[in-house]
Amino acid sequence: MEDAGFILGSYFLTFATVALYAWRAVRSGRKVSQQVPDDEKYWL
Amino acid sequence: MTTIEPAKAEHDTARQSALPSQRSTATRGTRIIGIVAVVALGWLVAFGLGFSPADRDQDESVRILYVHVPTIWLAYLAFVVTAVSSAMYLFSKKKSLGWDRAAGASAEIGVTFVAVTLAVGAMWGRLTWGVFWQWDARLTTTALLFVTYIGYLAVRRLGGSHEQRAKRSAVLGMIAVVEIPLVHFSVKMWRSLHQEATVANLDGDTKMDGLMLFSLFVGVIAFTLLYVWLMLHRTRSMAMEDLLEERGLDEALAVRRAEAAETATAATSAPPTATMKTGSDS
Repeated sequence: MEDAGFILGSYFLTFATVALYAWRAVRSGRKVSQQVPDDEKYWL
Repeated sequence: MTTIEPAKAEHDTARQSALPSQRSTATRGTRIIGIVAVVALGWLVAFGLGFSPADRDQDESVRILYVHVPTIWLAYLAFVVTAVSSAMYLFSKKKSLGWDRAAGASAEIGVTFVAVTLAVGAMWGRLTWGVFWQWDARLTTTALLFVTYIGYLAVRRLGGSHEQRAKRSAVLGMIAVVEIPLVHFSVKMWRSLHQEATVANLDGDTKMDGLMLFSLFVGVIAFTLLYVWLMLHRTRSMAMEDLLEERGLDEALAVRRAEAAETATAATSAPPTATMKTGSDS
């Protein structure tokens, strides 16, 4: 039972950390994207 | 101030007309990579927690391996990308800031993955060794790697121009990567509690069950896709942040120049009343 807690906890911790970082990356991109015209976005 | 306001209004109007229609860093490509990464992560959970067998020695706790090992491998990859991008910035003739932003974005992602590796490794250590942390060679060198790249990110935030930031962080990015072989071979160089490499060993003998190896492979693919997706988003964000910083500086300089020109014009066109008064007094 203790094993299950640590195993599930390790998966939860991994996905939660990565999801939090990904959410911050997307949010900061949206924030700055509103202030930059499309012709200055090299990826479009 | 009155002469500056029409210029500012004209600038604002020009900016309004150029309002972006694309309000994110996403493209069709990133959406596809993102969806495939999420599917691969789902497969990782299915194989890591379900389909793969328990280990003869470590029993069920071996399941932590499928997130612990891919995250540190991706951190290694991220830091190597940082070093290569840094070298490209320093030694290329063009000195493109795109290389610097790629180095910074990759280091950020690498630091996130090392943090996950350390935290998950502590949980695995608690199950196999009975303690969360030991000042063991592998654990200590990994912690040192983490702290070094935190320092790298701090150096990137120091003041100065983008070129100054790129130059100093590129030097650090190329030095810091030397720690990776130190971390990886620490288990061979010193007596370590941490197990030696099961897959990425020099003798090429992989001591793993087929389904276990496949689960690990799914983890590596899932985190690699995630890394690519994050890199695309972060480098695009950083490019726009740099652009806005430059624009802010240009605007501030334009306002100061206009103020200086206004002051100079006022000074030359004003009648020299004070001098005349002084002259009559004397």
